[in-house]
Amino acid sequence: MSRTPDTISTLRDVLARCRTIAVVGLSPQWHRPSYFAAKYMQAHGYRIVPVNPVVAQGGGHILGEPCHASLYEAEQAIARQGGRIDMVDCFRKSGDIPPLAEEAVAIGASCLWLQLGVRHEDAAQRAEDAGMQVIQNRCVKIEHARLFGGLGWMGVNTQVITAKRLRQLPY
Amino acid sequence: MHKIMADTPSSGADHAYGFGTRAIHAGAQPDPVTGARATPIHQTTSFVFDSAEHASSLFNLQTFGNVYSRISNPTVAVLEERIASLENGRAALACASGMAAQMAALLAILKCGDHIVAASTLYGGTVGQLGVGFARLGIETTFVDPADPENFARAMRPNTRAVYGETIGNPLVNVLDIAAIADVAHAHGVPLVIDNTVASPYLCNPLDWGADIVVHSATKYIGGHGTTMGGVVVEGGKFPWDNGQFPEMVEPSRAYHGVKFYETFGDFGYTMKARMEVNRTFGGVLSPLNAWQLLQGAETLHLRMREHCRNALKVAQFLQGHPKVRWVNYPGLPGSPHHALARKQFRAVDGHPGASGILTFGIEGGAAAGEKFIDACEFLSHLANIGDAKTLVIHPASTTHRQLNDEELARAGVGADMVRLSVGIEDVDDILWDIDQALARAVAG
Repeated sequence: MSRTPDTISTLRDVLARCRTIAVVGLSPQWHRPSYFAAKYMQAHGYRIVPVNPVVAQGGGHILGEPCHASLYEAEQAIARQGGRIDMVDCFRKSGDIPPLAEEAVAIGASCLWLQLGVRHEDAAQRAEDAGMQVIQNRCVKIEHARLFGGLGWMGVNTQVITAKRLRQLPY
Repeated sequence: MHKIMADTPSSGADHAYGFGTRAIHAGAQPDPVTGARATPIHQTTSFVFDSAEHASSLFNLQTFGNVYSRISNPTVAVLEERIASLENGRAALACASGMAAQMAALLAILKCGDHIVAASTLYGGTVGQLGVGFARLGIETTFVDPADPENFARAMRPNTRAVYGETIGNPLVNVLDIAAIADVAHAHGVPLVIDNTVASPYLCNPLDWGADIVVHSATKYIGGHGTTMGGVVVEGGKFPWDNGQFPEMVEPSRAYHGVKFYETFGDFGYTMKARMEVNRTFGGVLSPLNAWQLLQGAETLHLRMREHCRNALKVAQFLQGHPKVRWVNYPGLPGSPHHALARKQFRAVDGHPGASGILTFGIEGGAAAGEKFIDACEFLSHLANIGDAKTLVIHPASTTHRQLNDEELARAGVGADMVRLSVGIEDVDDILWDIDQALARAVAG
């Protein structure tokens, strides 16, 4: 029944450990928040696995990566390459989350990440009971930039106080 | 791009830092390239792109970075994050002055046909900006007596989009009941914008009392040295901009190629909108050098504010017992009608509500004696600023509030005999000596 702590150390740990991110509801349109976030994460060394049934139907790609119709299909495709999905990042409305959370548990992902404005306490609790870390109502791009540099350039209060310098350039 | 995250040397400890630590550290980390510990002054207009792709990502706001110092600058950003932290806010935008900050705060959400309800006791320059400047843009302001929150409720209209007030009015030094007025604003689905210049973030954090946006003239206590103009807008991050009253926060921006600010940036979407739609296009930005000067001041804000409060209370008590003084107005005095609100909302200094350094008094002999008093001061500086380390003195009716007519002066509570002091952090015995000798020379008998 342990809940994922909403702390800097938890987020740092999640973002350091989860290198392959399935983005559910990733839009192919450049001005959509999901595209913003995935493009940013890809540019910062993460592997993006798009999940979008509409785009997948036509065999389409987003950000140069083949689209998958479901998390299951995405997981199988990545497994065939010897990889695994670490994080399931959801750009879907809160009501769509319970089945996605079940799928995330089933494919063995370690983190369920619900984007800004997305929350589902029951689904989060079930995923956590199954051993996942769950982050709700946060943007993966914003948190990465908050903890590993860049967000402060926009005047955002990162709450990071340290006398250590970053070991990578934050752009 | 080329970024593979290395192990960071930070422990990432989840520690809640105190005000003084944040006043010194927030926003400022050692420079990742050089290791410089002090914040570098990035005196540059522009920043190179790594590639055409990097440039397009930056222009599309898909990655965070710097393009042009009219939009963002790394030195200015340290000040922004510093003040956002000190105000317990989510994000901040620095501007060329306090007036520019207030303008950016309001123009980010207001358009022609909208309406503001504001306290009548605002700083004279603000009354001018709202009552005349914004009126010319088709944004109307109703000024109400802030003593009763019901006055704000009665002035609300269907097109009201902001409520505006000052934590401590200037020069009336009245204290606003922030929580009560926030309730009024929120009942109408609009944000409460608070000018927290006089209290400073050390004494009061309006966001914690329900305000949604805070503005500062950093020229005053944040800088503290009286050398540098600057302003800051701080966003609390809790206002529901998708409540139907602010379609420009949720619909594709015409001013910034279709970005939906609230959806994309969430709890700092307002700040991004103010940055990209107001500062970027109206141009009232803070220079890197000024930001750096203000950062030097911010590091000692907590120390200075305590001393301003201690000295001001002693000056107020001295004036209260002085035969040549008719009245003294300072919220730190137990007899002040604003004392209870000061005790509720302001950080205590030596067991007293920290009521900042501004006070007013009425001198025997009225306006003529007031002007004589100012001329008779030896080291109290006669100038139109507040919040300096130096003690400052002025006669508002003939200077800062000169552009107001008699009715507006009465509404702002500015009497002809009123002298305003911004009590500095010199030795208090010297301040008391100068006031005493000047009173003796100004008021015969």
